[in-house]
Amino acid sequence: MLELVYHHLSRSAAFLLPYEFSPTVLVVCLLSGWLYYRGLRRLGRRPGWDALLFGVGLVSIYVVLQTQVDYYGRFSFFIHRIQHLVLHHIGPFLIAVSAPAPVLAAGLPKAIRSHVVDPLVRSPLIRTPFRVIQQPFVAGFLFVAIIYFWLEPSIHFYAMLSIPLYNTMNWGMAIDGLLFWWMIFNLRQPGEPDVRHYGVRMLVLFLVMFPQIVLGSFIALSPTDLYSIYNLCGRVLPLSVLQEQVLGGLVTWIPAAMMSVLGALVLLVRWTRVMPESAPENINSFQDSWHPTNPPKDSLKIS
Amino acid sequence: MQLNGVRISAGARMIAPALTTLIISLVLVGCGGKTPVKWNATDISGVMEPLTFNLTDDHDKSVTGKDYRGKVVMLYFGYTFCPDVCPQTLTRLANSLKALGKQAEKVQVLFVSVDPNRDTPQVLREYVKYFSPRMLGLTGTQSELKDVTKRYRVAYSYGKGYPDKKTFYVVNHSASIYIFDPKGNARLLVDQQETSAQITADLKQMIAQSWPGQ
Repeated sequence: MLELVYHHLSRSAAFLLPYEFSPTVLVVCLLSGWLYYRGLRRLGRRPGWDALLFGVGLVSIYVVLQTQVDYYGRFSFFIHRIQHLVLHHIGPFLIAVSAPAPVLAAGLPKAIRSHVVDPLVRSPLIRTPFRVIQQPFVAGFLFVAIIYFWLEPSIHFYAMLSIPLYNTMNWGMAIDGLLFWWMIFNLRQPGEPDVRHYGVRMLVLFLVMFPQIVLGSFIALSPTDLYSIYNLCGRVLPLSVLQEQVLGGLVTWIPAAMMSVLGALVLLVRWTRVMPESAPENINSFQDSWHPTNPPKDSLKIS
Repeated sequence: MQLNGVRISAGARMIAPALTTLIISLVLVGCGGKTPVKWNATDISGVMEPLTFNLTDDHDKSVTGKDYRGKVVMLYFGYTFCPDVCPQTLTRLANSLKALGKQAEKVQVLFVSVDPNRDTPQVLREYVKYFSPRMLGLTGTQSELKDVTKRYRVAYSYGKGYPDKKTFYVVNHSASIYIFDPKGNARLLVDQQETSAQITADLKQMIAQSWPGQ
């Protein structure tokens, strides 16, 4: 009995070890987690939902890059697509939706903040390109383009063979995912009306859905083996190459598009929350004759 | 009017970064292909590391990748109990070596067994000799094998029954053959679709490139 438990424990521990250890991923993840924790303590805030979302997002990115998921991702197209779904859609979505900027900023040691981060953020060399790629339509275009680029069969072939190219691909997915979802949930032009702000973001989420559906269904329904590299380098799952291609295509198609719907829902909720504050006159103009807009408040007091 | 202005500039700005990313990535992808030679196999110049490993050969001698500099090396992973793919592949490679005639001296086929549990150097020696006297069998400890397979992006795993030597168990492994030039640089990836005539043609071309004027 104990032996069995030990056997299972050692197997799961082995699963949590990286296939190819990357000090960069480890340091970036630990540092972000530490900054967030420090920020929460300095702000005197207790960890709530936002901390949970941030944590789950960060851990999910670490898990797909630095556990045996990465091993399966290198040799199975299906797992590779799940890995990229987490790197590009789910992890960055959770991190961005938790709005961690103030907490992370509070977590930064003062000297680093005033001497390194602030000048960097203010420098036009960073600001200008950042502003360009964070335009909603540009960010949406890049979000889709990067998916198409790495799934182009000959580029995909080399990305799975060359270690530097493979790392570039994964970093690119995570960074682009963060930029995109950051734009969706956290960036607001000063003075921009609500309709424009939320409307444009929801439109972008809607527009990025279709190219992903087209690509995913093309891969899932393709009768030929598009990505020959997986057949060459050895199979790790008991699935045929075409079965994996169908599953991988479905992952690119359905959950990826669903993240757009989820994002739009979050925006809708936020929009409805700010609505009454920003447009009180509008509410008055929709007078409902059945339910008077100004119910006799005094009646409550009386009773 | 203002809205129009914003739209146009957003459209123009959209293209610039996209094009830059595309060009940078294409340069990254394409920097290997210097020679405009037509190969039957896939050109992987500059994509993978030079020939590097620490293994044991079929004479029970420890060898490294450097020991095979000066020859065109064909690297293939498999196991001797392999029912179909390995014998077929090794037969094709043996036919190519035969077709090369005297030039075959410049080529070294390395068959790396990823099943050291059953494939001792002696077993390997008998096995590769059957296909061609020019082939060499290699194997190693699990950590040595993991090291070399990771380097060449190859997976292998064991089926039911492992590691019991008395039962037959399947070993899943890669199907690709890597070709390295005499300097040890990874150059070509041969897949299972290629015939031995096509492999011979590629080898001839590689030999002509590596020893010009011969």
